Amino acid sequence: MEKKIYEKPAITKHHSGFMNKFGSSPVTTPKSEVDGVSVNAIADQYGSPVFVLSERRIRENFRNTLRTFKTRYPKVQYAWSYKTNYLNAVCSIFHQEGSWAEVVSEFEYDRARKLGIPGKYIIFNGPDKSEQALLKAIEDGAKIHVDHFDELYKIIELSEKTEKKPQLAIRVNMDTGIYPKWDRFGFNYENGEAMEALRRIVMQPTLKLIGLHTHIGTYMMSAEAYRIAARKMVVLANELFTKYETKLDYIDMGGGFPSNNTLKGQYLQAEQVLPTIEDFADAVTSELFRISYHGSDMPTLILESGRSLIDDAGFLISTIIANKRLSDGKKATIMDGGVNILFTSFWYKHKISPAQPTGLSTENSTIYGPLCMNIDVLREDIVLPNLKVGDRVVIHHVGAYNMTQWMQFITLRPNIVMVMEDGTTELIRESEDLEYIMSREKLPAKLSEFKL
Amino acid sequence: MTAFAVPSNLAVSENGFLFVPTSGETFTLNKLGISIFKLMQKGADTEEIIDALLEEYDIDKTTLEKDFTDFVNQLKHHNLIEEK
Amino acid sequence: MKVAVTGLNNIDSPGPGVPVIRGLKDSGKFDGTIIGLVYDSLEPGMYMDNVSDRNYLIPYPSSGLEELYSRIEYVNEKEGIDVLIPTLDSELYSFTKLAPRLAEIGIKTFLPTTENLNMRAKDKLFDFCQAHDIKAPKNILASSVQDLYKISSEFNYPVAVKGIFYDAYICNNFDEAKTAFHKISHKWGLPIIIQEFIKGEEYNICALGDGTGETIGAVAMKKLYITDNGKGWAGISLKDDPLMKLSDKIISALKWKSGTELEFVKEKSSNQYYLLEINPRFPAWVYLSVAAGQNLPYALLELAQGKKVEKFENYEVGKIFIRYSWDLITDVSKFEEIAVKGELVNKPE
Repeated sequence: MEKKIYEKPAITKHHSGFMNKFGSSPVTTPKSEVDGVSVNAIADQYGSPVFVLSERRIRENFRNTLRTFKTRYPKVQYAWSYKTNYLNAVCSIFHQEGSWAEVVSEFEYDRARKLGIPGKYIIFNGPDKSEQALLKAIEDGAKIHVDHFDELYKIIELSEKTEKKPQLAIRVNMDTGIYPKWDRFGFNYENGEAMEALRRIVMQPTLKLIGLHTHIGTYMMSAEAYRIAARKMVVLANELFTKYETKLDYIDMGGGFPSNNTLKGQYLQAEQVLPTIEDFADAVTSELFRISYHGSDMPTLILESGRSLIDDAGFLISTIIANKRLSDGKKATIMDGGVNILFTSFWYKHKISPAQPTGLSTENSTIYGPLCMNIDVLREDIVLPNLKVGDRVVIHHVGAYNMTQWMQFITLRPNIVMVMEDGTTELIRESEDLEYIMSREKLPAKLSEFKL
Repeated sequence: MTAFAVPSNLAVSENGFLFVPTSGETFTLNKLGISIFKLMQKGADTEEIIDALLEEYDIDKTTLEKDFTDFVNQLKHHNLIEEK
Repeated sequence: MKVAVTGLNNIDSPGPGVPVIRGLKDSGKFDGTIIGLVYDSLEPGMYMDNVSDRNYLIPYPSSGLEELYSRIEYVNEKEGIDVLIPTLDSELYSFTKLAPRLAEIGIKTFLPTTENLNMRAKDKLFDFCQAHDIKAPKNILASSVQDLYKISSEFNYPVAVKGIFYDAYICNNFDEAKTAFHKISHKWGLPIIIQEFIKGEEYNICALGDGTGETIGAVAMKKLYITDNGKGWAGISLKDDPLMKLSDKIISALKWKSGTELEFVKEKSSNQYYLLEINPRFPAWVYLSVAAGQNLPYALLELAQGKKVEKFENYEVGKIFIRYSWDLITDVSKFEEIAVKGELVNKPE
């Protein structure tokens, strides 16, 4: 006799306000593959946990976004935000697509140069640029975005000694009606500091002013803020033109477009409340057309959004270690991927899907990582079907920041795999081993021996 | 083996709806939950229930035992059964 | 004709679903089926006589667009919905985003646009008012308790502490504001809006905009009795020309599409109206508009079907609504139907 399909026995208490399971329709559709490659096969081959990036999704995201802006404004250039994900394989995809590099430290600058990006295609942002880094950037003809007056005066000083003219833009901060205001980076618009910095650059014969830059925030939920930002940038550009007859090569609107991850404090899902990329493009480009010089002289629009281009191309495959009941009867599930490699779980409610079809009954659970640390919580409340020890799950939208902000803590950082457009998989960063971690350490001689 | 005491006034409907007249609480059980609950009411002990389910369902004994223990703990947590 | 309506939760802080349905039925022109879409197995509307014919549980807005769409699609396959009227704030973003897909499966809606929703959002309302020369109380957006320290430097206690969707408390000092901040943020997320408290009488308007800037109808009401949590328990229809003009101006500036409730306070010393809130749906007291001569729910149903609707020119002042509570008795078997199967049939097809 054919045996019946098993499903874990379950009982749910009705609480008004929590009972809503709307009949018995499955809540969680399984994510069993990434671009046609089986999740289980990837984990079997590369271990668990393992990060997976989709080449196809990265390229699609990039092309869609670029097209959206290009159909609204004639000159658009992307610069890949290295800090979002600076794995060589990732950067190279963006560079193949025509992106420049946007770096915020000497480390990132050196990475870009080493990858073969000529200085003139590197945008050098950030508040900390050492004299040595600045000299390199000036020599290479990189686009230096000045953050504060101390830096500007340092560059002026250097420019009097270097042969090449530093290519400068300034970063501008401003009130765009959003909260919190990002006024710690760059020169303020409202109090006239930005115009003063621009005047100083224009007046200095050893410097070349090429652009304006702003970056109004991160995970921005309002397209309107970009409209205001673009408007203020155009006011500066027009004033530069009227007062000093200076035309700009570009206006860099930075990044900050959100991905479809839902923030912890957010009641609705991200996809329900976030503006679309079209909304952002409309807001930015409609204002740029107010620039007082047109035609071929119009400044190029530079964009540096990172998160929205790569977050949904990244997945973390993880394996169930154990299920348990907490003292109040609530279900808890422990997985092998923790907050040490998934930094973004501190602020996102990451979507988690089982990697295989499951039964219909679901239960509200807390998801813990494997660390022996109380903070290692991936989701406080998530309704998931019953998962057995050894089952795999896929955590979605993890492509941004996790692979640059992850920590090596009590365990080793895992493999990162890329699913290529042709359906093959490539290891793009090998998991760490004990040798690699210990090789940087020096043990003082007097500490090298002990007897227990 | 452990048998279970299920109060005689508890009845689970075909839909898996369970109303506790003494507390006013209501619950939903899934299909396997219904089967187990009914076996318990008939007086079956742990071994008999596990055997019956192994016979009927496509499942290994370890997984079933783990799930069964979890289910029993939840029933106890909700004061629906007592172990005899 | 089958019309699906949400918000059958006419509890102490009631959703507008039941009065909307009552309006449709009282029009004398509606001869169709009402499908109740409910979030909870205990929403009273589906247990009441002669309100909804069949009811379906739908997933909470926080569970995501796809979950909601597939549930509506399921209900539509069973029922064939002609028009869907959502009536709750927190679900409007979802339904507005889904509207084109719903239209594809034959479900008509008459919803505010995303732009409408964004412009009136509680955290953006002040900017809208400034841009259109409408008086409004000042506000602070708070994302953390830290931000509450700004209150004393920006304006004086008492202040209104409000959630982005629901909930509001009047707070007289920092400690009360802090408690309210935690209460609201726990339930409805961030940011929290801290609003200057304007002393004066409150006036509300229930209105319907056609999306071109035209007001199809608008009825003003003053609350006569307010419950502990600020809900009107009784109210009277009235008309004050400056208030009605202000309402028309707001609807025109927003090109508001769908039903709305505008909340004002008439400042004591200046006698000026301040706009407190624009709610993106009919209020729970919408039936007063029907009683006063403007059947706005039925007009919305007609607009949703693409019909031309004449503008209401007048209404009766001095109509009073008084809400009352009444214990409806039902059996556990009815509760079982909705709790286990997610569907409750009052009247079979």
